[in-house]
Amino acid sequence: MIPVTPELMILGAVASLAAAAAVGVVAFNNAVRSALCLVLNFFVLAFVYFTLNAEMLGIMQIIVYTGAIMVLFLFVIMLLNLGAPQLLRDKDDPKVFAGISLGVALFALLGSQLLPSFLKVTTPNAPKDFGAPANLGRALFTNYVIPFEAVSVLLLVGVVGSILLAKRKI
Amino acid sequence: MMAWLEANPVWAAIIRVLLWVLPVLLMVPFMIWYERRLLSWMQDRIGPNRTGNITFSRTSRIIPFFLKGKKFHLQGIAQPIADGIKLFIKEDITPGSVDRFIYLAAPALALFPSFALGATIPWGPFKGLTPVADVNIGVLWILAVSSLGVYGVVLSGYASNNKYSLLGGLRSSAQLISYELGMSMALAAVCMATGSLKPTDIVESQTGPLWGVIPGLANWNLFTPYGFVAGVIFFICMVAETNRAPFDLPEAENELVAGYHTEYSSMRFAVFFMGEYAAMFVYSLIFSTVFLGGYHALPINWQTLGEIAPGVSWVTNALGHVDYWFAPVWLVGKAFFLVTVYVWLRATLPRLRYDQLMALGWKSLLPLATINTIVVALWMVVSRVASPLAGVVSGLLGFGILYLLYRALNGVGIDRTKFLTSREIDMVEVTRSVA
Repeated sequence: MIPVTPELMILGAVASLAAAAAVGVVAFNNAVRSALCLVLNFFVLAFVYFTLNAEMLGIMQIIVYTGAIMVLFLFVIMLLNLGAPQLLRDKDDPKVFAGISLGVALFALLGSQLLPSFLKVTTPNAPKDFGAPANLGRALFTNYVIPFEAVSVLLLVGVVGSILLAKRKI
Repeated sequence: MMAWLEANPVWAAIIRVLLWVLPVLLMVPFMIWYERRLLSWMQDRIGPNRTGNITFSRTSRIIPFFLKGKKFHLQGIAQPIADGIKLFIKEDITPGSVDRFIYLAAPALALFPSFALGATIPWGPFKGLTPVADVNIGVLWILAVSSLGVYGVVLSGYASNNKYSLLGGLRSSAQLISYELGMSMALAAVCMATGSLKPTDIVESQTGPLWGVIPGLANWNLFTPYGFVAGVIFFICMVAETNRAPFDLPEAENELVAGYHTEYSSMRFAVFFMGEYAAMFVYSLIFSTVFLGGYHALPINWQTLGEIAPGVSWVTNALGHVDYWFAPVWLVGKAFFLVTVYVWLRATLPRLRYDQLMALGWKSLLPLATINTIVVALWMVVSRVASPLAGVVSGLLGFGILYLLYRALNGVGIDRTKFLTSREIDMVEVTRSVA
C-alpha cells in the first residue's frame, strides 16, 4: 500500500478533476460544453504542474492555453453555432467501438510502461526552485539557446504566414 | 503570532485569504456610493444623498436625552445597501431559451478572476499575513487570471441566446485579448528593471534611491522614464480590461441595450456589477503596488534620510514607523486615488468607436510598450556598465531616438492640411465647363 501524503492527496484531487474534464470533452454532444471542459482541463492541469514544483510551466499553461487559445476556440464555436446536437449523434457507429478499444489499448500500453516507476513516488522529486522563472530563463539562454532561437524563428514564420494568408494585397 | 502562523500553515493560509477577500468585498458597496456621488458632483447634479440619514424622535422615551431631535446627515452612504436589498428580493428571471447551465455559471466565472487577481499583491510589510501566496511567478499570475476574465463575459453573452448579448460578449473578448498584450509588455518592462517577478520584490526595489542616483528619495517606478511610459500604458489597459468607460463597448447602452448582461436580472446582475467594481479596486491596488511604491506612503526612504541627516533621525524614525504600521491605509489611499481617476475618465471621455479601440490597442499601445522594453534593456546595460545616471540619460535618449524614428516612419510631423487643400473644388471651373 502506498503511504498517503498531503502532496499525493492534492495531486489526486486535482488530477482526477482534470481526468473527469478530459472525459467530458469527448462525452458532451454540445460543442460549447466540450470546449468548456477542455478549458477546465487546461486550467486544472496547471495546478498539477504547480504541485510538481513547475510554477512557470503551470502559469504559462494558464496564460497560453486557458487564457488565449481556448478563448479563440470558443469564439469560433460560438460563431459557427453548430445547432441541434441530436444531428451530430451517430447511433451504432462501429467507429465508436474502434475508437474506445484503441484508446484503452493506448492507455494500457502507456500505463504498463509508466505506472510501475510512478507507483513508488509519493512526493515531488523536483527541488523547490526547479521551475522558477530565473532558472528557466538561465537554461533557455545558455544550454538551450539554439533550440530557443529556432523556435522563435518558427513563430516568426507563423506570424508572417498568417499575415500573408489574411491579407491578399500587401 | 508569527510563530503560530508558521506552525499552522493551513490556518495561516485561510487567514491570509480572508484578510484579502473580505476587505475587497466590503470595499465594493462603498466604491459604488463613491462613484455615484463623485460622478454626480462632476456632472453638476446631486446624486444619492438621502438614504441613511438618521433623525431621532423629539418625544420618544427610548431615545437618550442627548440624541433627542438630532439629525445625522450621512450623505447617502447607505444607498448601496438599499440597492443590494432591492436586487436580492427582485424576481430572478431566467429567459426560456437560454443555455441554462452556462447561463447560471457565467456570473460566477465573471466574479472569480476579480478576487483571485490580487492573490500575489502584498498589502503591507507583514510577512505571513500578506500576500496570499508569495510565489516567484506573482506578476505572471496577475496576467494569467486577468486573461480568465474574458470567460464570464463571453459565456454570459453566448448563453443568453440574445443577439445583443452575443455581440457584447464578442466585442469584449476581442477587447480583452488585445489589451492584455499591451498590459503584459508594460509589466515586462517593470519586471526587467526590477529583476524579479515577485510583487513583494517589486515593492522592495521601489524603496531604493531614485534613478539609482538620489539617496533618500524612493525609486517609485512611475518616476523613472521607462516606468512612466509603462505606467500610462498599464493604466489605459487596466481601464480596458475592467470594461469601464471610455472602453465600455461590451455594454454600450445606445448600441447593445446592456451588452452581455442584458438578460440577467436580480442577484445575477448584481454579481456582474460586483465583479466589475471589485476588479476596478484590485487593478488599482496592482497599479499602486507595481508603479506607486506599494504600501509606502511617500516616495521617501525614511531610513536612508535618517542616515544622511543624523540630527533629525528621531523624526525620520517616527515617520518610518508611521509608514510601516499604517501600510494598508497608504495602499488603499493610492487605490482610491486611482478609482477617482476611473470615475474622472468616465465623466470626461466619450466612448471609443470599435475601430478606434482596436487601433489604440494594437497600433499605439503595443508598439509603445515594445519600445519601452527596448529602452529598459538599454538602461539596464548602461547603468551596469557605466553609472546609474548615465543609464537614465541613455534611457531618455533612447526614447528620443525611437520617437524620431516613429515620426519618420509614420509621418507624424507631416503637415496634413496640405492634403486638404488638394481636395478643394473649384466651383467656377465646373460651371464654366457646363456652360
